[in-house]
Amino acid sequence: MSLKTVLGATTALAICAAATTAFADGHATTITIATVNNGDMIRMQGLTEVFNETHPDIIVEWVTLEENVLRQNVTTDIAQGGGQYDVITIGTYEVPIWGANNWLTSLDDLPESYNIDDLLPAIRGGLTVDGTLYASPFYGESSMVMYRTDLMDAAGLEMPDAPSWDFIREAAIAMTDRENDIYGICLRGKPGWGENVAFITATSNSFGARWFDEDWTPQFDSDEWSNTLNFYIDLLNEAGPPGAANNGFNENLALFQQGSCGMWIDATVAASFVTNPNDSEVADRVGFALAPDNGLGRRANWLWAWSLAIPASSDAPEAAMAFINWATGPGYVEIVAEREGWANVPPGTRSSLYENQAYLDAAPFAQMTLDSILSADPTNPTVDPVPYTGVQFVAIPEFAGLATEIGQVFSSALAGLMTAEEALAAAQALAVEEMDAAGY
Amino acid sequence: MATQHSRSAARTMMAPAVFLLLVWMLVPLILTLWFSVMDYRPLRGTFECCEGLGNYIRFASSSSFQDAIVTTLIMVGGILLITVTGGILLALLLDQPIWGQGIVRILVIAPFFVMPTVAALVWKNMFMNPVNGLLAHLWEFFGAEPISWLTQVPLFSIIIIVSWIWLPFATLILLTAIQSLDSEQMEAAEMDGASPIARFFYIVLPHLSRAITVVILIQTIFLLSIFAEIFVTTGGGFGTRTLTYLVYQRVIESQNVGLGSAGGIFAVILANIVAIFLMRMVGKNLDK
Amino acid sequence: MARAIPTSRRLAFTALAWIIGLLIFFPIAWIILTSFKTEAVAIADPPVFVNFEWTLENYCLVGLFPEADAQGNGGWLRGLMCDPDTPQRSDYTRFLMNSIVIALGSTLLGLLIAVPAAWSMAFVPGKGTKNILLWMLSTKMLPAVGVLYPIRLILIELNMLDSKGSMIFILTMINLPIIIWMLYTYFREIPVEILEAARMDGAGLKEEILYVLTPMAVPGIASTVLLNIILAWNEAFWTLTLTTVDAAPLSAFIASYSSPEGLFYAKLSAASAMAIAPILIMGWFSQKQLVRGLTFGAVK
Repeated sequence: MSLKTVLGATTALAICAAATTAFADGHATTITIATVNNGDMIRMQGLTEVFNETHPDIIVEWVTLEENVLRQNVTTDIAQGGGQYDVITIGTYEVPIWGANNWLTSLDDLPESYNIDDLLPAIRGGLTVDGTLYASPFYGESSMVMYRTDLMDAAGLEMPDAPSWDFIREAAIAMTDRENDIYGICLRGKPGWGENVAFITATSNSFGARWFDEDWTPQFDSDEWSNTLNFYIDLLNEAGPPGAANNGFNENLALFQQGSCGMWIDATVAASFVTNPNDSEVADRVGFALAPDNGLGRRANWLWAWSLAIPASSDAPEAAMAFINWATGPGYVEIVAEREGWANVPPGTRSSLYENQAYLDAAPFAQMTLDSILSADPTNPTVDPVPYTGVQFVAIPEFAGLATEIGQVFSSALAGLMTAEEALAAAQALAVEEMDAAGY
Repeated sequence: MATQHSRSAARTMMAPAVFLLLVWMLVPLILTLWFSVMDYRPLRGTFECCEGLGNYIRFASSSSFQDAIVTTLIMVGGILLITVTGGILLALLLDQPIWGQGIVRILVIAPFFVMPTVAALVWKNMFMNPVNGLLAHLWEFFGAEPISWLTQVPLFSIIIIVSWIWLPFATLILLTAIQSLDSEQMEAAEMDGASPIARFFYIVLPHLSRAITVVILIQTIFLLSIFAEIFVTTGGGFGTRTLTYLVYQRVIESQNVGLGSAGGIFAVILANIVAIFLMRMVGKNLDK
Repeated sequence: MARAIPTSRRLAFTALAWIIGLLIFFPIAWIILTSFKTEAVAIADPPVFVNFEWTLENYCLVGLFPEADAQGNGGWLRGLMCDPDTPQRSDYTRFLMNSIVIALGSTLLGLLIAVPAAWSMAFVPGKGTKNILLWMLSTKMLPAVGVLYPIRLILIELNMLDSKGSMIFILTMINLPIIIWMLYTYFREIPVEILEAARMDGAGLKEEILYVLTPMAVPGIASTVLLNIILAWNEAFWTLTLTTVDAAPLSAFIASYSSPEGLFYAKLSAASAMAIAPILIMGWFSQKQLVRGLTFGAVK
């Protein structure tokens, strides 16, 4: 490879690149959409052509990234006012904080046809700040128990609609068959505020624990937290897959789909993946139940909605609004249903979907999903009163960083690198330090 | 030979590089220094003067800081140990007359071309996964309990992944150095009845010292800022949080830019301490 | 070395070298093999190596074969290779182009700055030369995560986020110390006497560099170019945090395939193979040149 070749190649490439840029039409508006590489979003990306049929003047550029990378890029961009994106995919944790900072464009101007009153109240409430809607839900989720009916039968047990944690433990141990790579229960263990912390926090609610008391004093030194974490670690040690401490949603989904999990307590949105015969080896043997409880009046289910929002720094808010209206409006599910079947439409955002007989017929998990979503109460998530909102998160800016560190500590405890008590002491120290520094 | 004329010409020719690097170093550094004394938390909309040394004290007094330094040193040291030892052995082997040497060399240097993100993803999922990973299957084949690599031996796992990427680099440089070894000297030693081990320690190793120094220097520069491999595999959990990663968590995950910037300054200081050691080592060699 | 080596010894060494070589290469081979499997085969237990039904599905999915444009041009390869129902997810060619432009651009810019600097350090060394060189190397130790925030803010001010130009500049600056160092060590090995002879013959500075030095330095420069392309191609921190669409290279392409929902080993493998293939092939073809200059002054 001589220098001359290199030089020549570069020049040629530069010309090529310039030519491509010049090709872009000056009249059309381009919007850049940042989204997560989850199945429903990839499907949305695939339907761009359909959007362009009605909006030929809007060019859509997709930035599809893995969740952690996406979150890092979007958060930094919006905090710096970089204006890189016109539509961003964020969740119920970010929306209240970013909305209050005036970083998002109000969606109150969405047209009548959007039918805002159709949104499930719990989801809509989580995306509204002071009466203004700042993000439109793309899909909503709670969490529930997904289990293998065949393994449950083989264990001689029957899953109630609303199981207790004791039953889950009993069943998990009974179903485990390590010789054949079958593990009674798969749970999130991978560190991260959206991974193991989401699951453990929702679980802790059902054990009567809470992150902070009403004076914002961290509560990880409480007996309730000790019970929660010990139960979780023991359960996974007895009946979980190896390396559970590095399994997040995606890893567990893969395990469940290949038939390695007896039960899996996770996002309701997974129901359509595990029952899809193309992807799942156990599609016809999956049952659903509400997330477990301990008889304290709170179940271990969370509430989350991946939502589309427009950063205030966007230079094409009208086009962005048009896209959001299309992708999260009532008509979108019809488009998906027509092409991919009703079971694959994004769930959990609109009441009308759960009144649609075609959907109810195609999705055996629909009712359980709706019940789970309806039973989650972000404004009153715990047994004892708390000063914060959010079921599996605490809607303050410090939470993401703090929870990720605490998640790492919990993960280490699950991996056996420290005891549950040491982990809780470390979590308490981290939380006290962070909250002091943040001025609570 | 240097005339006045060529001296000034030399200065002119060096100027762009020096100037650009100076700007590249100083501007971000000054901004980082400035942020590090501020209470800068964009998510709260806070950008207030002045924390003074508050951020520094807070960063340094947290237990994660010491852990991070220890982790960084173990990680860099471990990778250096594996790549340098492995590199020497591999270079010695490749220096032997073997059939298909060219192809073997291609096989050995291939990992160096692999994007670190790809390497980490593939090792994590397709090799180290305790259920579906190839290593788990291998362990099972021999009747052993599969190891859950990234949770049981997380630091070691990352060291393996990074070493896999950097071993070819070390091997290449060391191989070139070995090939430049005077063969008459070796033969003379052989005649004198020196054992292969003695020959290695008294002739080969001293000859390689300069190459080893270079390998250590260049690799350390890259290894101190390892990021992708940790981000992809453990996300800094299980005691794999290096100083670089800790700074990342503060600045990006917590969006506490003031605190993170103070950490960044610590990272610069650590890097420079290491640099001074290395430079001493290399500087001596440069004069030879 | 003209010593006679017993064949048995040679055989033993050959076997050992091949085993180790194949072991080191195995992960890459495994990526390539897995990329031709279906997701179910990719996680088969026990694993299968070659005796499976090979499929191009994953490559179709991640977009190796571009689709036809609105006018119906192109895309014939895709039509030939892919099931029309396979949805295509990303525009591989665009990521690839960006990677090429950024890697080559930063290499050229780097050479432009580094060659004169390295030349003057090697041939007109002053008292401070060594210190300058070491200082340059030390700028490489500035932790990227620590300065990401300020650099991103500066780029926003300059309206240069997500531009190939800024990525070329940044990657140049990151690799510049290494390039200068490498060229410097290489230039130093060129005997000064030749230059002096040229000067006696009345060659000026320009002629000296152009006609005497450059031909002798080509191997060194070529290997520097190769190393820099590799480093720029594989850079994944700056390219991921400072680009979105227009300048997003293959590192961003990979980030859209890492840990998606469901089974993904085969898709990840196909994406990985496509991200590393260009540089791997370049590396293999040019490994002789790469090795020749890659000494960093380690050989005397």
